Amino acid sequence: MCELNIWGGVGGAELRGKRSVSPPPAKYGGRHTVTLIPGDGIGPELLNHVRELFRFCCVPVDFEVVTVDSSVVSEDEINNAVTAIRRNGVALKGNIETNHNLPPSHKSRNNLLRTSLDLYANVMHCQTLPGVQTRHKDIDIIIIRENTEGEYSSLEHENVPGVVESLKIITRVNSLRIAEYAFKLAREKGRRRVTAVHKANIMKLGDGLFLQCCKEVAAGYPDIAFDNMIVDNTTMQLVSKPQQFDVMVMPNLYGNVVSNVCAGLVGGPGLVPGANYGKNYAVFETATRNTGKSIANKNVANPTATLLASCLMLDHLGLVDYASMIRKAIFKTLSETRLHTADIGGLATTSEVVQSIMREVQKTGPLTSEYI
Amino acid sequence: MAGNAWRSTILKLLERYGAWITGQRKPEEVSRVMGAVKSQTQPRTFSRGMQTVTIIPGDGIGPEISSAVIKIFEAAKVPIQWEERNVTAIKGPGGKWMIPPEAKESMDKSKIGLKGPLKTPIAAGHPSMNLLLRKTFDLYANVRPCVSIEGYKTPYTDVDLVTIRENTEGEYSGIEHVIVDGVVQSIKLITEDASRRIAEYAFEYARNNQRASVTAVHKANIMRMSDGLFLRKCREVAENFKDVKFTEMYLDTVCLNMVQDPTKFDVLVMPNLYGDILSDLCAGLIGGLGVTPSGNIGANGVAIFESVHGTAPDIAGKDMANPTALLLSAVMMLRHMGLHGHAKKIETACFDTIRDKKVLTKDLGGNSKCSEFTAEICRRVQDME
Repeated sequence: MCELNIWGGVGGAELRGKRSVSPPPAKYGGRHTVTLIPGDGIGPELLNHVRELFRFCCVPVDFEVVTVDSSVVSEDEINNAVTAIRRNGVALKGNIETNHNLPPSHKSRNNLLRTSLDLYANVMHCQTLPGVQTRHKDIDIIIIRENTEGEYSSLEHENVPGVVESLKIITRVNSLRIAEYAFKLAREKGRRRVTAVHKANIMKLGDGLFLQCCKEVAAGYPDIAFDNMIVDNTTMQLVSKPQQFDVMVMPNLYGNVVSNVCAGLVGGPGLVPGANYGKNYAVFETATRNTGKSIANKNVANPTATLLASCLMLDHLGLVDYASMIRKAIFKTLSETRLHTADIGGLATTSEVVQSIMREVQKTGPLTSEYI
Repeated sequence: MAGNAWRSTILKLLERYGAWITGQRKPEEVSRVMGAVKSQTQPRTFSRGMQTVTIIPGDGIGPEISSAVIKIFEAAKVPIQWEERNVTAIKGPGGKWMIPPEAKESMDKSKIGLKGPLKTPIAAGHPSMNLLLRKTFDLYANVRPCVSIEGYKTPYTDVDLVTIRENTEGEYSGIEHVIVDGVVQSIKLITEDASRRIAEYAFEYARNNQRASVTAVHKANIMRMSDGLFLRKCREVAENFKDVKFTEMYLDTVCLNMVQDPTKFDVLVMPNLYGDILSDLCAGLIGGLGVTPSGNIGANGVAIFESVHGTAPDIAGKDMANPTALLLSAVMMLRHMGLHGHAKKIETACFDTIRDKKVLTKDLGGNSKCSEFTAEICRRVQDME
């Protein structure tokens, strides 16, 4: 299919020829450049920890920091951020706060970013982590959420005073695209079953189209079982028997609900990383996209989600060894050292956890000692 | 004018304009028409001692559980007279689907209904029965109190919250269009009136049931105008209810915190779709739809209480059904009617039976029959006399 690529000159030719697995072209002399958007709340402090850890582990990644001020009305800053991500291909970001008391012309910055870069798939892998106390055990669910349309199209109008209409758009093209992504990912990861979550009994045309597209794509993957479930039943099943789910694919709003429920089930917003993938770009952040205003700058936030998101980014860049080294250190801190922050029931501070992770890396990683 | 002359003048005026039908003796009707705001859950006064309630048994296991509830109410000597009605859709004059006129008449007279599960036949041509009932009686609020049941273990204990969901508009307005081939648009409708009405109901409910706070659930960061309007109305209504604390929270934050610590929440009020998802989530926390009560409040004082589980056709007629959901909805109905003593008695008997674990239906983990479970509750109720 034909794409509009405004960067046709420099990177465009490369991008068009690339397959989805190859890393983006912002790589010079063996070092990658990644856009870093600190965001608000706990974003800046946690991303500083990421930089600290990367420096310590000698990860060949340089960060181009782009600040986006959430209180500014003009869209210049977010457009600069989008340009930077187009340049580098990959970004790591914190959540940018949206003041919902401002008029509708001031759109959510995070949403603008996602739609401008066409990051159509939001992927979140929820698994029970060793060492974390939860009510449910053995959860291992991959949630794939359509990230650009659905209820988040921000198309609203007031035809009659006192009556507001908000449009939810579902298109065939995007539904097929996300279903294709879901099944491909399921096959890559060796998953057995994909469940589509919808509300087609009420929204017959909209969610009906989504379900239809999923069924069509499922026909092309006979090795993977496909079933569907209505969203309210899904949430009920998730709180009673979450082990029954494998891979789930759904439109935007249900994805928001289900991903937050699953994050809560495995231990909270501080533990789960999320990734937004488009055809040419990838942006990594925490799965539940919280700003954490109330705990900002208090050194109590849980760095696990952000650090795991940076590991996902390293995987995407092809630096798999660094990623697994850091990941192992994080899990060791969680399970063996049991250094937990307040949100998972412990007393440690953020810096203590990060120091512990660095100690683990030093103990086990061959790369650090070689270069020191 | 003296009191009685004033009253009869007003009544004659109302009769002339069709707002009052002679023969009906509901004094509250007059004060509502006169503009006095009457709380929905005030105790109803009734002469003769017996109040009529329309009961709609429903399909599948509906008749079994309805008769179970009637039996338990008899044992508890509740002053209720049941009127059984059927609500299969019929095509009225003009080709519009409607519920049978006897059912509508009975409901309009008694104002209180108890409904079992109704099946929605696919391709029958008519919309779902639940939707028809909702439209006919303008049931604008769906109330679901979710309280952990002591004898029925779930990973969540100490759940005690109420979800109040706007039931007429929002994402379920049913307005969808195909713009071009492959692009579908669904319209989510939020109106000032409906938002204000549901907010007022939520705060009144909180006040009448001694609940400390009301939380509005929204996604105004993304749906700025629609959820923004809903939020504004909630804030305005909150000004008139200073004794109840008002907070607002994003939908995703509520979901996240609900599965980690449900004790943080009290009364939640929200538009249609979020309400659908959240109320089922909360039902899942306490054990599922088989033990969750639900009530629908309508305009004009109508209230229909129902069990929200399915018709379970595979166990229909086999005396295996669990009447707990319908029974707890009936208890909610008694509280709405002001019969708190009877409500407490029946509720305690039901919870004691479940806590004892000796006589439980299959879905609760035992292997007794529905009739045995019912008989056990009847016995406990009678012992409490």
